[in-house]
Amino acid sequence: MTQTTSFTVEDLKETMRSCAGVNESVDFGSDISDITFEDLGYDSLAVLEVAAKLQNHLGVVIPDDVAEQLVTPRALAEYVNVRLTD
Amino acid sequence: MTRRAVVTGIGVTAPNGLGAEAYWAATLEGRNGIGPISRFDPSGYPVRVAGEVADFAAAEHVPSRLIPQTDNWTHLGLAAAAWALEDAGVEPSAFPEYEMAVMTASSSGGTEFGQREIERLWSKGPSWVGAYQSIAWFYAATTGQISIRHGMRGPCGVVCAEQAGALNAAGQARHLIETGTRLVVTGGTDAALCPYGLTAQYSNGRMSEAGDPDRAYLPFGVDAAGYVPGEGGAMLIVEDEADARARSAPVVYGTIAGHASTFDPRPGSGREPGLRRAMELALADAGLTAGDVDVVFADAAGVPELDLQEAAAIGAVFGPRGVPVTAPKTMTGRLYAGGAALDLAAALLSVRDDVIPPTTGVTELAPGCDLDLVRGAARETRVGAALVVARGYGGFNAAVIVTKADQRSTR
Repeated sequence: MTQTTSFTVEDLKETMRSCAGVNESVDFGSDISDITFEDLGYDSLAVLEVAAKLQNHLGVVIPDDVAEQLVTPRALAEYVNVRLTD
Repeated sequence: MTRRAVVTGIGVTAPNGLGAEAYWAATLEGRNGIGPISRFDPSGYPVRVAGEVADFAAAEHVPSRLIPQTDNWTHLGLAAAAWALEDAGVEPSAFPEYEMAVMTASSSGGTEFGQREIERLWSKGPSWVGAYQSIAWFYAATTGQISIRHGMRGPCGVVCAEQAGALNAAGQARHLIETGTRLVVTGGTDAALCPYGLTAQYSNGRMSEAGDPDRAYLPFGVDAAGYVPGEGGAMLIVEDEADARARSAPVVYGTIAGHASTFDPRPGSGREPGLRRAMELALADAGLTAGDVDVVFADAAGVPELDLQEAAAIGAVFGPRGVPVTAPKTMTGRLYAGGAALDLAAALLSVRDDVIPPTTGVTELAPGCDLDLVRGAARETRVGAALVVARGYGGFNAAVIVTKADQRSTR
């Protein structure tokens, strides 16, 4: 397992940026916690890609059907964070 | 009134120039884009030189959201398509989305992307294979990404016929324009300069193992010993001529006047290859005769046997030394799906400027290659019609004729 003790939306942003890129129309520097992935320009494939990266790097299992239900960065970050600190 | 397919925009990503005008200036000067392979360490491979698009930084030309989703081949295609649209003065949102089409050629899909993901598969396991592998490496990825980016929802497709593909795509683009489509993005790119791509290509037995970039690819020459691979290509914007004039298109480069494709007979049959027939059928399709053609942009395999076949086919159609022949791909290498697209761009610029770009490197012609091969320097001469020919590995032949746009309707 990993040394990470908390996982924030800022950490998630970094993963999103590196594996799925950023839409030009989105201000990624602002607080995007409660904007849906869809509105941020991330389709289901992008969310699966992000989830797979988190799974591989943090060891947190995010089943595909669960990933589909986590529609905002805050929801996904909290899901990961809870399982990291368990 | 008959609709007539004309080219109104050109975008180029070539080893010797980024952008149509930079490529054209370099090509007329004979500037070589071939150099030692730098993308990976080629010392363990028999092929050492290639035409790399060295100055291309995807982040400067491709939306960042698309970069991790797509292969370098698609990055090059997206950039070329955007430049071609800009060159044509086209704002896609001003066109009905179902009346714009994308028809590109692809030779091996997203090869480098695929190699990266397959390496993850065998070294780390299935969960490490990225989700974008599902869309990045298949042949239609570039067509699809151009279609999505510019909102082009008309008839879209991809032609896979190795080096001949982009001519067949252009033929299909012409057909679409003649049957009512308003605008077509056509052309092709390729970028398979990775160990996996190179190894796959090497199996064809046609690649040059020479190390001197200026002497590695010498089609029709006495020292011909294979071809050099390259990456990049070109995208073209095709419209109906009257439509283009009506919207005051900034430039009409030329008309796609004829197209044909043929397939070679079974290997060992002893029958003539299909290249001559492709040229003759394209001439007939354009309503032209051999005497109307001012230059042939050759396939130029660089393999002695194939060079002889091509020289014989050109001789049969045009007579010995009956037409100027050139192969500017001596400065870029063979670009697979991008090769004929780049030749089409060069042919259109040739028609625009009345000048034939040179074939570089070749000094002495091989016995039997009795061609008027334009060498040494560009040749200034009227170019009313240009024939572009291409052969794709596996038996594909294609020919396209481009002509000066109809002067009568020029305002």
